[in-house]
Amino acid sequence: MVTPAHYIALAVILFVIGSVGVLVRRNAIVVFMCVELMLNAVNLAFVGFARLHGNLDGQVIAFFVMVIAAAEVVVGLAILTAIFRARRSASVDEANLLKY
Amino acid sequence: MSHPAILAAGAAATAQGITFWLLAVISVVAGLGMVLARRAVHCAVLLAVVMLSLAVLYALAGAPFLAFVQVIVYTGAVLMLFLFVLMMVGVAAQDSIVETIRGQRLAAGLAGIGLLVLLSLTVGHAVIGPAAPATAQFGNSNVQGVATLIFTTYVFPFEVTSALLITAALGAMVLAHRERTSPKPTQRELAGRRVASGRPAPLPGPGTYARHNAVDMPALLPDGSPAQQSVSPVITSRPDPGQLELGGGPSGAADAGTTGEREEARW
Repeated sequence: MVTPAHYIALAVILFVIGSVGVLVRRNAIVVFMCVELMLNAVNLAFVGFARLHGNLDGQVIAFFVMVIAAAEVVVGLAILTAIFRARRSASVDEANLLKY
Repeated sequence: MSHPAILAAGAAATAQGITFWLLAVISVVAGLGMVLARRAVHCAVLLAVVMLSLAVLYALAGAPFLAFVQVIVYTGAVLMLFLFVLMMVGVAAQDSIVETIRGQRLAAGLAGIGLLVLLSLTVGHAVIGPAAPATAQFGNSNVQGVATLIFTTYVFPFEVTSALLITAALGAMVLAHRERTSPKPTQRELAGRRVASGRPAPLPGPGTYARHNAVDMPALLPDGSPAQQSVSPVITSRPDPGQLELGGGPSGAADAGTTGEREEARW
């Protein structure tokens, strides 16, 4: 029998995988993908909680998270293309002009 | 409840369990692969696997509307956007294995384990009971239920979302816009440049009058010599010597039989 706890456990695992990916990867696009994975994991937790409480508020919140994620991806990838055009690289190590 | 109905309910629960565990394993393995794969394209494909399995999990958890939105918005739009940018940035780009910060991977792994322990303890500490009894809200009238909530309780956030989307679209257009550093050449200038280049006619297409019409096959000039200009420089620079010989390059020109065939092919 699948309970909401199962969904939340899976969401925890996926969230941790995504956060480790953000920390480890150097390609900015892959970092973005890992952020998407984290957002998806949180959505899964919202859906699980909606099932737990028996109302649809969690699903509506997950829906809003999807909208925000879509907007975030659009702006983020536009920034990436702008950086790539200027510096010919998509590595997060290259964009360090604001470092000092 | 009659006996067959109980049996059917049990079978449905078993099928649900099998689906959940299958998809859970698939999504976790694909997520790990995404973090570990070196090529960004492989990461994108594995992310698609995770998103599709999550869509099925949503449907399993009584959110059919979200399942479809997940497929359409995430797998359809967001992932396509990722792939487009990957193609622009260079599809063959690989992550370097060299660590720029020493011990970063180890530290990241430890932080991940720490986060996993923390979250597991938090979730394990909380008492998560069984699911509330399934109502029609999690089945056939899910869309109506979500729509009622969006357009009553959450109508203000929903409207704010539209402002956010418009801002994001405008921002993306502004960020991706490229300023032209030199004036755009007019048609007259282009024509003048073409005449001044000494070759007003367009270049021959690859394979013209040659044995094959493959893209790597140089066209034949009236005297039978191959026109290397007709092959795209991208293909010429590709390090594959075998293809060039197969295509009847300069190495095959000495061969009498090949020349004869060329003569035939020319006419």
